[in-house]
Amino acid sequence: MTVTRAEYCVIACAEAWRDNGEVLASPMGLIPALGARLAKRTFSPDLLLTDGEAMLVGLDGTVEGWLPYRQHLTMVTGGRRHVMMGASQIDRFGNQNISCIGDWARPKRQLLGVRGGPVNTLNNPTSYWVPKHSARVFVEKVDMVCGVGYDRAAAAGPGATRFHRIPRVVSDLGVFDFATPDHAMRLASLHPGVTVEQVREATGFALHVPHEVPYTREPTSEELELIRSVIDPQGARRREVDG
Amino acid sequence: MSDKTMSAEEAVGRLESGMTLGIGGWGSRRKPMALVRALLRTGITDLTVVSYGGPDVGLLAAAGRIRKLVTAFVTLDSIPLEPHYRAARERGAFELTEVDEAMFMWGLHAAANRLPFLPVRAGLGSDVMRVNPALRTVTSPYEDAETFVAMPALRLDAALVHMNRADRLGNGQYLGPDPYFDDLLCEAADAAYVSCERLVDNIGTAELAKEAAPQTLLLKRSSVTGVIETPNGAHFTSCAPDYGRDEAFQKLYATTPYGEFAERFLGGDEQDYQHAVQDWRKERGR
Repeated sequence: MTVTRAEYCVIACAEAWRDNGEVLASPMGLIPALGARLAKRTFSPDLLLTDGEAMLVGLDGTVEGWLPYRQHLTMVTGGRRHVMMGASQIDRFGNQNISCIGDWARPKRQLLGVRGGPVNTLNNPTSYWVPKHSARVFVEKVDMVCGVGYDRAAAAGPGATRFHRIPRVVSDLGVFDFATPDHAMRLASLHPGVTVEQVREATGFALHVPHEVPYTREPTSEELELIRSVIDPQGARRREVDG
Repeated sequence: MSDKTMSAEEAVGRLESGMTLGIGGWGSRRKPMALVRALLRTGITDLTVVSYGGPDVGLLAAAGRIRKLVTAFVTLDSIPLEPHYRAARERGAFELTEVDEAMFMWGLHAAANRLPFLPVRAGLGSDVMRVNPALRTVTSPYEDAETFVAMPALRLDAALVHMNRADRLGNGQYLGPDPYFDDLLCEAADAAYVSCERLVDNIGTAELAKEAAPQTLLLKRSSVTGVIETPNGAHFTSCAPDYGRDEAFQKLYATTPYGEFAERFLGGDEQDYQHAVQDWRKERGR
């Protein structure tokens, strides 16, 4: 059976937590949640997961610990966590917005608010997931910087850069990182079936594209079996990403 | 020791327009909704509301009672965006102090510990600094010489929180998975009003000792002013383990124009509200 786009996305999200060791994986959104579970079931067994509320749970849901919000925030500032957040807007240096669209003083569209974007980005690795890659999300300049990008962290000084890291951005089109000299966003891999041109058209800023762009890796047969039969047997992943 | 029990009307009767009011819970979880409903029945307005926002903020915003809101987010959890809050923000209905979740927590810690501020790394480099030009930074006097945000104390005139159990003296107990920040809110406030699912005679003995561990005794009577018994008082937010969120009702709240919702559910007292919810359920069941 052919691998679907949603399955490549799950794999690409799972890869964010490879070699992270014994840290809390905080996936926000369905595909990142599937990815975190896949990583824990395969190459990153030491990851910690929550039930979405205050309990640390194993893959079968068995409670192994307690993590109310107050302790969760210490997990963030202590750095033993890798979060994958959503982004209503994200720019070329990884500044992210989930607060509002338009002028903050009188927003055109009020969204969630900054939430934990500022604390996450300055304290623990923060990756992003964008289920529908478009120039409305990948913008030249975000309307409100919630998650701090590389340029803004650098401008704010060593207190801001000390623990700042954005390992990757995963979208329905590919994987992106900031492995360029000025930490501008780079196309790291294309999901099979996607072209560089498609990504360029759907991105509102000049994206760094290397000469050779690899494809997102294939899932192993074990991984595919786990996604389809164990982690997401109902196929909920298809609701977030077509194909 | 004094009996602190009072009615919701008495509790909100002690509040005044223009006060800074902290509201406990988180999003659409264990919010002191009966106290918010009681507040809506008064003419109190011009409030500075400090809250990890949920429908408490939505209701007060829709009713035009907020002058300024201090928050990191407003959400209904299962419905990510709070429609009444959104509408109020988009029409510029009140002033907003938007800070990060951790900054908010450290602001409460500072107030509870009678400190003017606490240093936090969160906020640096983000637009939280741009939209709050009054925020200052502080530099470590030690070798590292790092710069931090000096999060000012979030001192409150009053706090409203909801517990699973409380006694007449003001000792409060949560039985769900998360205390949220309710103890901090009470300690950061000059007066704290605690509603509870069930009032018990002696919280440390009898059935409660059997029901839960001592760590669940979250609120100390020394930081509590009034105790109000309001069964189903967090409705329609969750109040585990007594009840979960009323998702169907929350959806109704989120999709009904505020005026219409208020007319049907908020016209009378708390008992009328609970009856109106029961009637709505019966209608829906048909």
